[in-house]
Amino acid sequence: MRTILATGLSFAATAAMAQTPELTIYTYDSFVTDYGPGPVIEENFEATCGCDLTFEAFGDGAALLSRLRLEGDSTDADIILGLDTNLTAEAADTGLFAPHGIETPALDIPIPWTDPLFLPYDWGYFAFMGDASIEAPTSFRELADSDIQVVIEDPRSSTPGLGLVYWVEAAYGDEAPAIWEALADNILTVTPGWSEAYGLFTEGEADAALSYNTSEAYHLVAEGDDTKVAWPFEEGHYMQVEVAGKLASTDVPELADDFLAFMLTDGFQGPIPETNWMFPVVMPEGGLGEGWQSLVEPETALLYSPEEAQARREEAIETWRTALSQ
Amino acid sequence: MAHRALPVGPGVAASLAVLAFVLVPLGAVALRAGGAGMPSPGDWAAFRFTLWQAALSALISCALAVPVARALMRRRFPGRALFISLIGAPFILPVIVAVFGLVAIFGRNGWLNAALGPLGLPPLSIYGAHGVILAHVFFNLPLATRMLLSGFASIPGEHWRLAEALNLPRFRFLEWPMLRDRLPGAFLLIFLICLTSFAVALTLGGGPRATTLELAIYQALRFDYDLGKAALMAAAQCAVCLAALALARRVALAPVAAPGLGLPPRLPSGPLWLDALVIAAAGAFLLLPLAAVVTSGLAGIAELPPTIWRAALRSLIVALSATALSMALALLMARTGGRLAEVASALPLAASSLVTGTGIFLILFRLIRPEALALPATIAVNAVIALPFAYRILRPALQQAEMNYGRLADQLGLAGLARWRLMLAPLARGPIGFAAGLIGAMAMGDLGVIALFASQEQQTLPLAMSRAMGAYRMEEAAGAGLLLVIMAFGLFWIFDRGGRDAN
Repeated sequence: MRTILATGLSFAATAAMAQTPELTIYTYDSFVTDYGPGPVIEENFEATCGCDLTFEAFGDGAALLSRLRLEGDSTDADIILGLDTNLTAEAADTGLFAPHGIETPALDIPIPWTDPLFLPYDWGYFAFMGDASIEAPTSFRELADSDIQVVIEDPRSSTPGLGLVYWVEAAYGDEAPAIWEALADNILTVTPGWSEAYGLFTEGEADAALSYNTSEAYHLVAEGDDTKVAWPFEEGHYMQVEVAGKLASTDVPELADDFLAFMLTDGFQGPIPETNWMFPVVMPEGGLGEGWQSLVEPETALLYSPEEAQARREEAIETWRTALSQ
Repeated sequence: MAHRALPVGPGVAASLAVLAFVLVPLGAVALRAGGAGMPSPGDWAAFRFTLWQAALSALISCALAVPVARALMRRRFPGRALFISLIGAPFILPVIVAVFGLVAIFGRNGWLNAALGPLGLPPLSIYGAHGVILAHVFFNLPLATRMLLSGFASIPGEHWRLAEALNLPRFRFLEWPMLRDRLPGAFLLIFLICLTSFAVALTLGGGPRATTLELAIYQALRFDYDLGKAALMAAAQCAVCLAALALARRVALAPVAAPGLGLPPRLPSGPLWLDALVIAAAGAFLLLPLAAVVTSGLAGIAELPPTIWRAALRSLIVALSATALSMALALLMARTGGRLAEVASALPLAASSLVTGTGIFLILFRLIRPEALALPATIAVNAVIALPFAYRILRPALQQAEMNYGRLADQLGLAGLARWRLMLAPLARGPIGFAAGLIGAMAMGDLGVIALFASQEQQTLPLAMSRAMGAYRMEEAAGAGLLLVIMAFGLFWIFDRGGRDAN
């Protein structure tokens, strides 16, 4: 039924582009905006694939996964691009993904990569972005002892919010509840998503907001603004690694494989830093541009494996909720 | 007998359609989950907070609306009509735009604290339960005020004169019965709006203490993929809605027939300074955040990219279509919906649009391509979400018209369309314009379900704005926000003034 309708609706288009294979990629909202990586990557891939690439965007990484779960194996998507490693265990559990088939990909990321289903395409560190005019705290403890006011995201509705909860958990383990309690009076408020938190920071309402250390590069490169800096923390920084995976139900498996291979080349990796404002997983020819050199590289990269992240999620969120509800 | 039952007819069918539109998707989500889920201890805390803040927000909004509406009713001043239109604006502001406007005034670095500092006063914090209630009053005081103003307008001029001549206490004999009739409806509406508050409650609530049920639904649908729990929470919201509805019915006083010749009222007047103070305070509270929104958006609005303008056009089409659909349903239900319409017109407010959207998706996505659904589903959901407002505004007006002139119309043999054209539409023109304006503006600003379906080519203005914000384009987002406010308010103003010019 659906095929009939779809065919009927797109008949004219199909006739015009006879036999052009179509690749549909589900991703998150900011990937497909005019200034996001979507348009240029689409152009670069279509120049070589002889295919028609379409991005469909749904909210954030979490929304993307729940959309896929609603559609199940009747999904139109051939590739899902935009989950992070905190979500990939759940994604793998759906059984909807097929192995990417690329053995030990050569990647420029601070951790070894062995996941057979998902391939990374960019990464960054969670960090507080603060106003350069105030003295930056160098750890969660120092932040807790200061009277600095920060905005964070809710881990129940936002991927950065969840990343922060893992960050504190990975850095402090059993002491995490105490850290959250000490931080409570430094948290101006908690927002549903990254945009609201970052907006409150840029409007001058808060001294800092939880974001990524690459946000500093955005302000430097895109706005020539050096008043907003990422705070390096001694405990190390939790990473966000964004990944893509091929669906087992795809009707164009080879084309999907081609895209995943393309994803690790300059055609994809080149535009990533200054459109998605994250680090590329394979350093493009010529390296990173002006403004990226000044970013402080954290001494310790923290990251739970997907399975560990999945196992710890409920308890870590509950720790956060309990400490901040008092 | 003064109380005259409205006839029952096609409104019942419309009511059934609306009920189905809310309940069938909820059922589809529950069915897919294989039953209802289990609430966690945190969910109970969220449930209590949700009820508490909604009741308090509604109570304060209604209590403040009484003096504001009375002062506005009594006084005539230059720019009064514009003022009444403008103070309606907060109600139609997109949530995120309003939150930023409020923060600019009441926030840590807001105008208010900037004024308090030099006076040696300690800074005030907007974050906490009081901030949530402040925001909800900011949103809903305009609605309550307008509902009471139209209530005051329904008291015939002759009655004021008669009461004055007989030296009767006018508040007790004229105003109180009207308030008893209108306030429960206003309270109910505001209570239900605040029941499903999500972003406001979280952002201004200061943390997980201020968690509402809607957040639990969002988490269940987005993060945990716990459809059963989402369905359970959504059902709990519907149950609260029905309980509130039953309570409001018990409190409300049935209106009585009060035909008049349309003489201008000679209104009682209290002390001028008091009315001036009330009007000035309400104006400052409602208009300053709006001024902040305009100020912050000015830089971005001149440089909006073409995609934003296309999104704006799409939003306008959505808003006008939703208005037409919603008004048709509301008029049918208000006139011939009977008691079923009471329930059907309240339930959409308590329904989680996220659950409704997900349900529609589950039912239809195997049949129709989701992209093809984006705009129709958005129009339908917006029409149904706005229906409760239209119904509550139209019902008293149509009821009053029937009570006052129904017999006359019967004697003249006016029925069907002729009755609409000659009797109901002219008498209810003001409320019809107000309701249409409200629906249009709400549909314009609603992010709602479009995010569940839309592809890049179909984004509406609120979605484009939220996407710009998500990509560091704060200035563009603020500009788009201002454009959204201008369009929503413009639509509201055109319909509202169109209705009021008749009076």
